[in-house]
Amino acid sequence: MGKNKLLQFLNRRGAIEAISLCTAIITWEIVADFIIRNPIKLPSPYAVFLSYLKLWEIIPVDIGISLLHFGIGLGAGAAVGITVGMLMGWFRVANRALDPMVEILRPIPPLAWVPFAILWGGLTHYAAGFIVFIGAFFPILLNTYTGFREVDKTYIDAAKVLGCKEERKMIKYVAFPFSLPYIATGIRIGMGVGWMCVVAAEMFGVSKSGLGFRLFQVFWPLHMIDRLVAYMIILGLVALVLDHLFRYFVEERLLKWKKGMVIQ
Amino acid sequence: MNHKLELRNVTKTFKTEEGELTALENINLAIKPSEFLCIIGPSGCGKSTLLRLIAGLDDPSSGEILLDGKELRGPSQDRGMVFQEYSLFPWRNVLKNVTFGLEIQGIDKQEQYKIAEEYIELVGLKGFEKRYPYELSGGMKQRVAIARALATEPAILLMDEPFGSVDAQTRNILQEELLEIWKRTKKTILFVTHSVDEAVYLADRVAVVSSRPGCLVKCAKIDIPRPRKRTSVEVNEFRGKLLMWLSLERTKACIQR
Ligand SMILES: Nc1ncnc2c1ncn2[C@@H]1O[C@H](COP(=O)(O)OP(=O)(O)OP(=O)(O)O)[C@@H](O)[C@H]1O
Ligand SMILES: [Mg+2]
Repeated sequence: MGKNKLLQFLNRRGAIEAISLCTAIITWEIVADFIIRNPIKLPSPYAVFLSYLKLWEIIPVDIGISLLHFGIGLGAGAAVGITVGMLMGWFRVANRALDPMVEILRPIPPLAWVPFAILWGGLTHYAAGFIVFIGAFFPILLNTYTGFREVDKTYIDAAKVLGCKEERKMIKYVAFPFSLPYIATGIRIGMGVGWMCVVAAEMFGVSKSGLGFRLFQVFWPLHMIDRLVAYMIILGLVALVLDHLFRYFVEERLLKWKKGMVIQ
Repeated sequence: MNHKLELRNVTKTFKTEEGELTALENINLAIKPSEFLCIIGPSGCGKSTLLRLIAGLDDPSSGEILLDGKELRGPSQDRGMVFQEYSLFPWRNVLKNVTFGLEIQGIDKQEQYKIAEEYIELVGLKGFEKRYPYELSGGMKQRVAIARALATEPAILLMDEPFGSVDAQTRNILQEELLEIWKRTKKTILFVTHSVDEAVYLADRVAVVSSRPGCLVKCAKIDIPRPRKRTSVEVNEFRGKLLMWLSLERTKACIQR
């Protein structure tokens, strides 16, 4: 291959990315096979691939269950977080009344709620969902709050002059749409935290199924490290897909009026 | 007494960290129905404050503002406003921006669109209904803002330096269009500007406001027949007078300091 052709190839979309990924996998394979040589310490990518062949029937079920936990928690977190954030951002009284509680509860790590999740919910999907809820709730709350706080005064004045008088209409027609990008950011951060909480909650025995539960099960007592890695990769991929779906539907569609806005 | 709008001894003070700031002092002004009044004055003299008072967005510290002989209370759809800064709702497209006031009123959707289309056409933006504000130029944004303000059919249109941030040529075109709209709709227009040319081209009457505190120092009729020529002798003459009043104000202010 001539130098030019090589450059051309490298310039193709995804070329460098693919090469880099392949190199990483091959390196991993070599290290596992020839240097570590202990599948318990480090299973090879090939072994992981083989384990998928055995797991393909049960993995979708576990994905489904984890997504159920995730959905319950995120849904509740968004519903409560947006509502409370809206009240706190828009009404000074609500802010003063609720702020102390939020400030005290927020620093408690979501996993510290695991015992209560089990006490209150037993080993149900709701118990795992509860942990996700705790994780997702605060970022959604805080971002919604910020959005409502920062509503541009010009928009409020413009709406007033156009006859928007009631507080309810001002929220519906001005403050809420203005805050949507902030809310989206909150949900996206909440999704990240929530996914961590799913795995942790399931690992800690709030659930007897789901990706997190399975992940820990194959480690202890089963010691099937190739499967452990298989589950780790699945966990990452599901989160990646969720994030991309969210970005596609929310940023590209719902928030297309806010072109160029950065949601990190 | 058939004044559309009357300001009696209107004073507005703001509480700031350095103490009280008198933005407007003792403003007396009466505007007839369908009159085109330009308010001119240096930056910071209280022009926006004056319009906000008339819009009902702020209350005067003392004095009263009468609308059709009755003291006005708060904002209402009988006074439309075009703001100095861009105020289109960025999450609504052109059509939805124009329907905003109608939607608040709870008017039937079909009807909303019909009315909005009319005004979008009036400001020359037919075909841009689906665009979002970020896809519009500055001049187009102000046209939408005008259509939005007109859609609820206010009797009074308050305009705060609406063409302040567009280039000179576009500005001229927008001025002509505004006069056209004014002729057709018979609105009472209060138009704030700091451009002498703009005031002389547009207004029936011009009110000169001095700075700190903002007082009404001069109110003069512009008796030049329309359509006016921007370069005609009378226009130039009046422009000269207006400039003189403005600079007198400036020297007075300097002496006082
Ligand atoms: N909400 C406020 N609080 C305190 N001071 C204010 C407030 N609004 C306006 N002012 C002050 O009142 C004065 C007049 O302001 P205003 O915005 O009316 O000026 P303006 O004539 O519209 O100026 P420009 O031509 O630059 O728009 C300024 O000194 C300003 O600092
Ligand atoms: Mg101003």
